[in-house]
Amino acid sequence: MAHTNYRVTEKGYYGDFGGAYIPEMLYPNIEELRNNYLNIIAQPDFQAEFQSLLKDYVGRPSPLYLAKRLSEKYGATIFLKREDLNHTGAHKINNTVGQILLAEKLGKKRIIAETGAGQHGVATATVCALKGLECIIYMGEVDIERQAPNVARMKMMGATVIPATSGSKTLKDATNEAMRDWINNPVDTHYIIGSVVGPHPYPEMVSRFQSIISEETKKQLVEHTGSPSPDYVLACVGGGSNAMGMFYHFLDDEHVRLIAAEAAGLGVNSGHSAATSVLGKEGVLHGSRTILMQTEDGQVIEPYSISAGLDYPGIGPQHAHLHKTKRVEYVSITDAEAMDASLLLSQLEGIIPAIESAHALAQLEKMTFKGDEIVVICLSGRGDKDLNTFMKYFNL
Amino acid sequence: MNRLKQLFDKKDKDILSVYFTAGYPTLDATLKIAEELQNAGADFLEIGFPYSDPLADGPVIQKSSEVAIENGMTLKVLFEQLKSLREKIHIPVLLMGYANPMIQYGVKEFCKKAAEVGVDGVIVPDLPMYEYEELYKNDFIDNGLSNVFLVTPQTSEERIRKIDGLSHGFIYLLSSSSTTGKALNVSDEIGIYYQRVKDMKLNNPLIIGFGISDQKSFERANQYANGAIVGSAFVKTLADKDDYLAHIPAFVKGIKG
Repeated sequence: MAHTNYRVTEKGYYGDFGGAYIPEMLYPNIEELRNNYLNIIAQPDFQAEFQSLLKDYVGRPSPLYLAKRLSEKYGATIFLKREDLNHTGAHKINNTVGQILLAEKLGKKRIIAETGAGQHGVATATVCALKGLECIIYMGEVDIERQAPNVARMKMMGATVIPATSGSKTLKDATNEAMRDWINNPVDTHYIIGSVVGPHPYPEMVSRFQSIISEETKKQLVEHTGSPSPDYVLACVGGGSNAMGMFYHFLDDEHVRLIAAEAAGLGVNSGHSAATSVLGKEGVLHGSRTILMQTEDGQVIEPYSISAGLDYPGIGPQHAHLHKTKRVEYVSITDAEAMDASLLLSQLEGIIPAIESAHALAQLEKMTFKGDEIVVICLSGRGDKDLNTFMKYFNL
Repeated sequence: MNRLKQLFDKKDKDILSVYFTAGYPTLDATLKIAEELQNAGADFLEIGFPYSDPLADGPVIQKSSEVAIENGMTLKVLFEQLKSLREKIHIPVLLMGYANPMIQYGVKEFCKKAAEVGVDGVIVPDLPMYEYEELYKNDFIDNGLSNVFLVTPQTSEERIRKIDGLSHGFIYLLSSSSTTGKALNVSDEIGIYYQRVKDMKLNNPLIIGFGISDQKSFERANQYANGAIVGSAFVKTLADKDDYLAHIPAFVKGIKG
């Protein structure tokens, strides 16, 4: 029987999606990465340093926490994969630790990155400080205002934060600016892309670095339940890096139902949404063929979400493939549903989640469980960064 | 392809190509600018179709694309405007833009329409060789359209030879690895790179682009190639919305001397 392949091909495709739609100016950089990353990652000294940093610096393994009161409420056995307990407060650091070691091996002296909410920017600034490398973070002018504490953290660790003033002045434009920087500095610079987006090999490389999430989860599930396979795995999706990390080692286990929560914003059809899998069409953005929100004429539409980490107009190409093959179910969660779920987790478990992660939690409300079904939810980040939004929204 | 070939058969040096964005500074400017450039002595034209996220472009062309989109420029509108292209324009015309608008329009349909209105070739900076060969080559060939590839100082000889084999028009030699609108790098290293490509004796003519902004940089480019392309420097002169056509003759004269 034909088995659907969810992994990347040698040319960087997941089914119809992926590839490297990049101008010739970036070809040598991408080629250098593509030719070297797998070898470098496999080297024992790379692995030794990577594992040691994940353990002692990031704080891995992150706990798989049995959320008893949440479980009682929904009538299931619900585990939270606590990526919020990582150093810097989100899963983003798993990838930046990996890529900074890679950049070092490639002899790069200068690191650039894009950031929306600032979590990836903070994680990049952190590892650059750790390694003493120059760090330039591109961030939309609008986001710089919205996420002032994260900007301050990046600056404190020595990073230069450059406002992206083009277009809508948010994540999409920060990504364009970072790519332009890379085009203009092709030799000494490595671009740490923060999600499973961009030209091949980025989507594959980032999902590989994030796959530590599902690798640990399987082992921890055996300890908790005796089996590595839960019934459901849930994660939120903007570009989709925490979800790819959370799904990675479950993709071929067809018994595990994988659910990805997208930000519906004010409602999927409100005109203020980031529900890419519903609103998007196939196209090319930031170097890969994927699903993206766009006008009939192919101009990219600026998405909206209350969570600055989910308002990306596309999803990674592997997600596009998983959506098309129906291996993963993509659901839409509104701002209000996510905010309610944030409050609920805070009050039932004493854990304030990032609003991004709360989109995955909110899906529980829409599900009915049989008996002892086991659910794992990726708690991709903590809510400290969102306190301003919570204060305004709940009038705290 | 024929018009391009005729041009290069007739003239093998000092060729001036000018880039401008369709629908900028006003929606109906496209053909007026084309005609004025032809009259002023441009040898061929590149008409940009705008995209919201033009990552190979610098701020000048990006801004012109934003304005063009606001003005209502789309590929549909552009092809409508270009229906009368060949009534007055006799020099070769290429379309330049990014992959996504072309894909949304439908690449097959795009190529058909482009050929119908008399376009000679297409430049899509984010459509690399592999994607072109695997997915779109036949659509271009079936419609007699040249697909022009870019070459940078970092492009390997093997890859340049492959590009030469796939091209029917010219090769777009970037003056440096950069976005559009950066000043021309005049270091010896660049001269060595131009000479290296020139010495490869490729089948296709070479046109140098990115960073050509005045007579000096145009002349320097012509030492090594068959001609050069001016983009950002020209688009900048169009910012004067009311009187943009008036600047064109002096601009072209300023480049060609």
